[in-house]
Amino acid sequence: MKKFLAVLHARNMEFLRDRSALVWNLAMPFMLVTGLAFTFSGGNKEIYKIGVVGGIEKLGSVAPELQSTLHIKFVPYDELNVAINKVKHHQLDMLVDASGEPKYWVNSSSPNGYLLERIVWGTEGQRFQRQAVEGAEIRYVDWFLPGILGMNMMFSCLFGVGFVIVRYRKNGFLKRLKATPLGAFHFLFAQLISRLLLIMVITTIVYAGCNVFIEFNMQGSYWVLLLVATLGAMCMISIGLLIAARTASEEFAGGILNAVTWPMMLLSGAWFSLEGTHAWVEQLAKIFPLTHMIDATRAIMSEGATLAQVMPQISVLSGMSVVFLALGAYVFKWE
Amino acid sequence: MNPIISATQLSKHYPGVIAVDGIDLSIPQGICFGLLGPNGAGKTTTIEMLEGIHLPTSGTVMYKGELLGTRYREEVGIQFQHTALQEFLTVRETLELFERLYHHTLPIPELIALCSLGDILNRDTRKLSGGQRQRLLLALALINDPELIFLDEPTTGLDPQARRNFWDLVKLVKSRNKTIVLTTHYMEEAYALCDEIAIMDKGRIVSQGTPAQLLSDHFGDVVLQVPRVDAGSRIFALGLNVADAGDMLEVSTSRLHQTLQQLMENGVNLDRLRIRAWTLEDLFINVTGKSLKS
Repeated sequence: MKKFLAVLHARNMEFLRDRSALVWNLAMPFMLVTGLAFTFSGGNKEIYKIGVVGGIEKLGSVAPELQSTLHIKFVPYDELNVAINKVKHHQLDMLVDASGEPKYWVNSSSPNGYLLERIVWGTEGQRFQRQAVEGAEIRYVDWFLPGILGMNMMFSCLFGVGFVIVRYRKNGFLKRLKATPLGAFHFLFAQLISRLLLIMVITTIVYAGCNVFIEFNMQGSYWVLLLVATLGAMCMISIGLLIAARTASEEFAGGILNAVTWPMMLLSGAWFSLEGTHAWVEQLAKIFPLTHMIDATRAIMSEGATLAQVMPQISVLSGMSVVFLALGAYVFKWE
Repeated sequence: MNPIISATQLSKHYPGVIAVDGIDLSIPQGICFGLLGPNGAGKTTTIEMLEGIHLPTSGTVMYKGELLGTRYREEVGIQFQHTALQEFLTVRETLELFERLYHHTLPIPELIALCSLGDILNRDTRKLSGGQRQRLLLALALINDPELIFLDEPTTGLDPQARRNFWDLVKLVKSRNKTIVLTTHYMEEAYALCDEIAIMDKGRIVSQGTPAQLLSDHFGDVVLQVPRVDAGSRIFALGLNVADAGDMLEVSTSRLHQTLQQLMENGVNLDRLRIRAWTLEDLFINVTGKSLKS
């Protein structure tokens, strides 16, 4: 018992005196609970999702009864084609045009669309012009796949690179390398490429292996998909390098890595769509590289988006990679 | 002879602590230079400033007459006191990794032969014994065929046999006209390997020179050891330089014959007399007031 208490005391003192780790251990769950409470507050009990083009503020004059019906979420869209595609793939139950002549689009094979159509007739009469849309539902697995692979890449890139460099620094290996002509940029770049090759091979194997049994829906180009995945991985590895650029405490690094990965995991759309959440949540999600990677991947796989169509996400991922890598190299310390 | 490395007014200050306090050093090419001192004397800080690992607060370090730069990284070899290696690599793979970091290198087979690594080439570096690991670390320090090699307490923790084997290796390296800067806690190691030593205390060099020169400067030629019970209290009245050493009394003298005669004439029993030379351990205690082991 004496020995146990001695070791217990020593470990407790070590933990308590590592201030940075202690602060992160306290702050992290607090931020997580607070963040989630804000994000998902508001009694989210909507059952149906209707897209609105032509300005959601006009819906009140075009379809006042429909708008006041409970348990329907109205999501604004700027582009008609984008919204129609969502109806085609059962990602929206219905689409309403609020700009001119009352009009709605519904997928003939959607059960929710069928029920919503009856609600529209009941609330607004027969004055809405019906537009039928055909298209198979995107299976949940097809929607979910980019998120799962993206999260796996995120954890591997951030923790695999961040922790390793902190361990190198802690055990003196970085100091040994500092005594050689090796420059910081070469070292960091080697870490980046090593992890990139590893994660891309693993992800490709997982995708190809699962595809044999599940036959994922793939509408776009595999080359564009590979490019987006590569840039996404590079960006997240660069974040890992930046986090590990100075710290020598594994617990502190773990705290920061958790602080980065948890919001990304919850807010990047990996688990669920952020459509219809608070506007600031959607804006916040855009600071995460995982959001851009998943958005682009889903667009390529489900909608057959071309290189030009995912260029905004590619630009953001490229820019973030360059900034994080340059910053990491600039602030990097061997010891 | 032009120094291969020199330091002028080298200082390193940390908040509330002066680790190194304005030291001057000049190390000629081809010698083994020992830096000795008690724990906290500033040896490692000094050596790491000489290695270019840490920047001094003030003062300069010159290598072959130039300030330290990229050329220095190519031409210097360093064995740190505590070093980890990349995990899951064998000895051969570790040598190959470091070989690729330099422009000019020794052929790996030559290095393997020099450091006796032939039997452990395919062994995981995590599974090496203390002596094997130190030989590998020395091989890494020599991989770029450096003219100047830093060895920071390279034999700490080794058993006596492994330590002596390592000394032979260092002598072999030195015979290739390499300059070695060595820090050590073992005085016999400094005596066996070093041509010149500097003793540091409280961030300053308190004594410097060849071991023989320092011993002759600080002490008489020999020490006579007489058991306290044989000497009695008479010995203190003879005007000799007598020191207390536990059960023994030590008489330091440069006139051996006369001192022995004086002791015999005054009835000191010399049946169990022992004569020994002064050592670097004595010198160390003399100039720092501390034992090396303290």
